[in-house]
Amino acid sequence: MSEHPEYTEYHPRWLRRRPSTYWWLERRAYLSFITRELSSIFIAWFVVYLLLLIRAVSQGDSSYQAFLEWSRHPVVMVLNVVTFLFVLFHAITWFNLAPRAMVVHVGKKRLPGSFISASNYGAWVAATALVLWLLLGG
Amino acid sequence: MAKRSLEPVLWLLFSAGGVASALFVPILVLLFGLAFPLGWLSPPSYERIHGVMTHPLTRLVLFGVFTLSLIHGAHRFRFTLYDGLQIKHLNELINLFCYGGAIALSVWAGYLLWRVA
Repeated sequence: MSEHPEYTEYHPRWLRRRPSTYWWLERRAYLSFITRELSSIFIAWFVVYLLLLIRAVSQGDSSYQAFLEWSRHPVVMVLNVVTFLFVLFHAITWFNLAPRAMVVHVGKKRLPGSFISASNYGAWVAATALVLWLLLGG
Repeated sequence: MAKRSLEPVLWLLFSAGGVASALFVPILVLLFGLAFPLGWLSPPSYERIHGVMTHPLTRLVLFGVFTLSLIHGAHRFRFTLYDGLQIKHLNELINLFCYGGAIALSVWAGYLLWRVA
């Protein structure tokens, strides 16, 4: 045996094939998964949009009117229509998976999933009503 | 002592943000993104919106909704880049961009909501 055996790096051939970068186009379930993932961008955009609204309101009535004018710009409108669809998709799928994520026991009995979904949708209705009442009611 | 991972905390905040954004964002987009610009409903008067917005409770709730939604978005977008585009070798840069962006915007939100008057 030689003093310095030559070391050949053994690298096994991967059995797993690297999935295509476009794997999410292959099935509907994958596509809806990636759609839900992309909703994150639109949520971030809308937070920025609301922050601009808050800044405008804190600057006075004329800034608020300028913001409302800007919100009628076609590019902003299209962006917000797309945002609405993504956010709605996020909300519905989020509430539908809630029973699978939340396991609530009362005593020894597990509350049925339908009860959990119903309470989530109830909270959604309540939050929506609260916003409407604060801004438009009375 | 074993090093505690930050991941569970991030997932917890992700869930909280998922709930907060699902509850409050759809109606807000519908109103401020569609109904007011298209004239379906007339927007609240300046006095009205100013009154609602300067109430301490509104500011507190908005700050919570904004911060959690941003962290939720950052966490989800991080995994979109991770799984969707498979750019795992850029992990640190992606984390910095996602969470850094969320933190920067949260700080801006806090600043705006703090000094709104």
